[in-house]
Amino acid sequence: MPQPTLLSIAQTGKRCTRLPAGDVPERDLADLVPVHHLREASPRLPEVSEPEIARHYALLARDTFNIDRGFYPLGSCTMKYNPKVNERIAAMPGWALLHPDTPAPHAQGTLRLIRELEGWLAELGGMDAATLQPPAGAAGEFCCVRMFRAYHDSRGDERRTRIIVPDSAHGTNPASVTRCAYTATTIRSSGGRVDLGELGRALGDDVAGVMLTNPNTLGLFETDILQIVQMVHAAGAMAYYDGANMNAIMGYARPGDMGFDAMHFNLHKTFATPHGGGGPGAGPVAVKEHLAPFLPVPRAVERDGALDWDWDYPQSIGRVHSYHGNFLVAVRAYAYLLTHGAEGLRRVSEAAVLNANYLAEALKDTLDLPHAGPFMHECVLSAQSLASETGIRALDIAKALIDYGVHAPTVYFPLIVKEAIMVEPTETESKATLDWFIAIVREIVEQARSDPQLLREAPHHASVRRVDEATAARHPKLTWG
Amino acid sequence: MPNHTVGGHSDITQEAHGVEIPDDRRYGQTHEWAKQESDLVRVGISDYAQGQLGDIVFLELPEPGRPVQQGEPLGTVESVKAVCDLWAPVSGEVVEMNDELADRPELVNEDPYGQGWMVVIRTGDVSELASLMDASAYAQHCEESAT
Amino acid sequence: MTYVPHSDADWSAMLAAVGAGSVEDLFRDIPHSLRETAVANLPEPLTEPELLAHMRGLARKNDSVEDLICFAGGGLYDRFIPSIVADVVGRPEFLTGYTQYQPEASQGMLQALFEYQSMICELTAMPMANASLYDGASALGEAILLAAGETQRRRALVSRALAPAARHVAQTYCSAMGIEIVEVPYVAGSGETDLDALRAAVDDEVCCVALQQPNYFGVLEDMEGAAGLAHDAGALFVAQVEPISLGILRPPGAYGADIAIGEGQPLGLPMGYGGPLLGLFACRQEVMRRVPGRIVGQTVDVAGNLAYCLTLQAREQHIRREKATSNICTSESLCALAAAVYLAALGPVGLREVAEQSARKAHYLADRLRESGVARVRLAAPFLSEFVLDTGAPGEEAVARLAERGYLVGPALGRAYPELANCVLVAVTEQRTREELDGLVGVLAS
Repeated sequence: MPQPTLLSIAQTGKRCTRLPAGDVPERDLADLVPVHHLREASPRLPEVSEPEIARHYALLARDTFNIDRGFYPLGSCTMKYNPKVNERIAAMPGWALLHPDTPAPHAQGTLRLIRELEGWLAELGGMDAATLQPPAGAAGEFCCVRMFRAYHDSRGDERRTRIIVPDSAHGTNPASVTRCAYTATTIRSSGGRVDLGELGRALGDDVAGVMLTNPNTLGLFETDILQIVQMVHAAGAMAYYDGANMNAIMGYARPGDMGFDAMHFNLHKTFATPHGGGGPGAGPVAVKEHLAPFLPVPRAVERDGALDWDWDYPQSIGRVHSYHGNFLVAVRAYAYLLTHGAEGLRRVSEAAVLNANYLAEALKDTLDLPHAGPFMHECVLSAQSLASETGIRALDIAKALIDYGVHAPTVYFPLIVKEAIMVEPTETESKATLDWFIAIVREIVEQARSDPQLLREAPHHASVRRVDEATAARHPKLTWG
Repeated sequence: MPNHTVGGHSDITQEAHGVEIPDDRRYGQTHEWAKQESDLVRVGISDYAQGQLGDIVFLELPEPGRPVQQGEPLGTVESVKAVCDLWAPVSGEVVEMNDELADRPELVNEDPYGQGWMVVIRTGDVSELASLMDASAYAQHCEESAT
Repeated sequence: MTYVPHSDADWSAMLAAVGAGSVEDLFRDIPHSLRETAVANLPEPLTEPELLAHMRGLARKNDSVEDLICFAGGGLYDRFIPSIVADVVGRPEFLTGYTQYQPEASQGMLQALFEYQSMICELTAMPMANASLYDGASALGEAILLAAGETQRRRALVSRALAPAARHVAQTYCSAMGIEIVEVPYVAGSGETDLDALRAAVDDEVCCVALQQPNYFGVLEDMEGAAGLAHDAGALFVAQVEPISLGILRPPGAYGADIAIGEGQPLGLPMGYGGPLLGLFACRQEVMRRVPGRIVGQTVDVAGNLAYCLTLQAREQHIRREKATSNICTSESLCALAAAVYLAALGPVGLREVAEQSARKAHYLADRLRESGVARVRLAAPFLSEFVLDTGAPGEEAVARLAERGYLVGPALGRAYPELANCVLVAVTEQRTREELDGLVGVLAS
């Protein structure tokens, strides 16, 4: 059962935070502000005491799945452990209590961190320049595609109207294409990878760019990647690398070396900053030299040992954030990189890949495995055979896992796999956890044959039973009003 | 499946994957049905299509008076986790749309060939219907789509 | 140090299970040429104590509001953050979870976001709100794109007295889509948006009119008048608001706004050098299916009990792909949670007090400055708790000079408003004491 809302436990006159009495002369508000600007009634906010607020959120917290509590193999989202020390660091007053308009001489620590992190990201990406400004992965995608448009325009090449995305791509890719007034051309994969024939047919002198995720959303490395990027460049198009799956390849491959012109990182995936229940994340962008003039402004620069913000980039696409992106997220990522070093990051990718392959190997006879490995950081299983045999679908398995204290994998994505179950264990899960998960999945599949009705009604032990999402969308109730 | 008043399809001849395909109407590649009623054509989506979409939650349909061309988008059908375009199976002018669906989109799931109808098109050229599939061809089409 | 938990024995057992001789075998799909160049040149790793020492040292190179007395504004403010806010958002349940794709596993966060949406609606007097956007700037960009889609028109009128950074971001969004943003000037002496100029510019090709209340200069606008002009032309009216001010000011729903947006940082978020922030987005029901971002709805479970889930998802990129209302996926949920806790902690009375004290103190400071004659309050229209100060010297220099003496004002206005090259913003929050206000006057005088 859900908790009563804060409003429903509120009572007139209750207070939590009180301010000190004002120490300037009391003046009536109407003396300061013309009365027609004043609101007639106070907003109906809850009046509650601090103990009640604490209890309310403690109870809500109890009903919220999280990484500290249990296994969270949500494919594509890289739900790895979030180091505690990084929270302590992000709360340091020197970072947290700094106004973004603090003059540069008084913010040298921040500018140093930004410069260094941009440099490290460029290095990890095999790129030449970077910006921390995009506040999320999709914002990073938009930033890159927007730069492609600016790049082509700067060369007087205005006939390019299309961007190619594979059918396995995240939805944000085609959505970002639309945000730049390009048309998305979707190409079919074959064998779980980009089909070079399809790509060749789709390419042309009206193509502005191609967006690829590598390893792709099936967890497979695009073995033809060098040829793919060559084909893209031969058509005069730009190649964008979606960094969603960067956790798989650190120390093993760099997008810049694959030939990509631009990429984004997800600091909340690869560098373990907390996902916050749906953000904040951060989506820094790194580019090759020829795209650097188009990066968002301002950019952090160093002159004679002093750091400052530089606005003088006339070809810049402009700003994509009010200030400098999700800086406190960047602080955590910076600390994560310092904790690991190059060797540590390589070890992260190795463990992530080993875990994914271990799960795929153990579950390939329990569920379908439509594409063979080796997998990188994730694998996509399918419940299609089970569904035809028992009627139990990927969604039922997802709901059943909740009863075992496991967050469901991503289901029904990527779209090219029917009854997809996309499992990304990440490197921070032990063999014991994986073995436990394997046993649970086998048990659920067994149950699909012995007692399918029980699964259709799962979950049974969560705070609510299966939620009626159709009613929510048919008759939206979006506030307590 | 309940008995219907609008479609009145008593004679069901085809079935694919356990879905009904009445033979009193024609079908498009993208799973619309079109039923001729003199010079009017009533349009909806098939039982197969509603099953694939799942719980339908919202429809965006054209207002009466709008001219439409065969094969052009007519509106959209949203379920909880999918959206599909509704394509015009014939050309003409929209003369009626199913207002009932605004409050009860679930009718498309419950009764796709009856109360779940979406629009009525006045067509100048009923021969366009011939370019659509009959029930048995459509049953074959559903089999192929399912694999 | 890494956070990989595998023992050597487990590592070997797992390699054997997957039939790999070494872990490198698993990377065999990556071409050799790529593997050879993949080693990144990064600093040597640090242990936790070393890391903390390094980060403290770096952070000390900054002068935060613990070092400088903060009168800086422009959208982000040094406000008091109740302890309960940091406690709630620091809980690992909220901190380390993700978007609630499986509602049964995350009822708590869903309810928290539903309550956030509800409180934003109470604050703005709008009927619905989403569960957050990136920041106030992206909210403006999204609002204009929504309006363009709704009206099928491709020109937006945005007041020049609306935050420059928000206009800049909106320009990046809109220029990509071929949507034109035309600036509406402000009245030079007063700082209010020039409604005569707006009247002349608004026509049936305008998708929306956007004003900020109080505007970037801190000045109060005639929102009702502007809304009327927008609506007469069939355009939407977008109100960018400062959430604390809504403790006392008329809410957007009362003056006819179709979309209310704003920067939510003042609601319990640390300034954090400008991020993460919180984009507020509320609107009329009629445009519900064009709204960007996550939305939480109340529903029931199969047993008929009350439950929550993400809803109207067919708008979003993971379903509608290239036809989505926005490309946004990850947004700022944890910041929305902070805002909800802040609003509950303050309540209607506390919020009013915060807004009133800020206004009283700002007016006290402005009066003292006028009396002392050391600097001029440049714009004449009524303001709330922030104003434009003419320092008689280039604004950047004044900001730098004051910072050397322990006071942070700004930003300087010259970059965005060349005609105000000698001006800076001065913002006053409830945190400032009379001593600090008098101190700033003294420093300006000396």
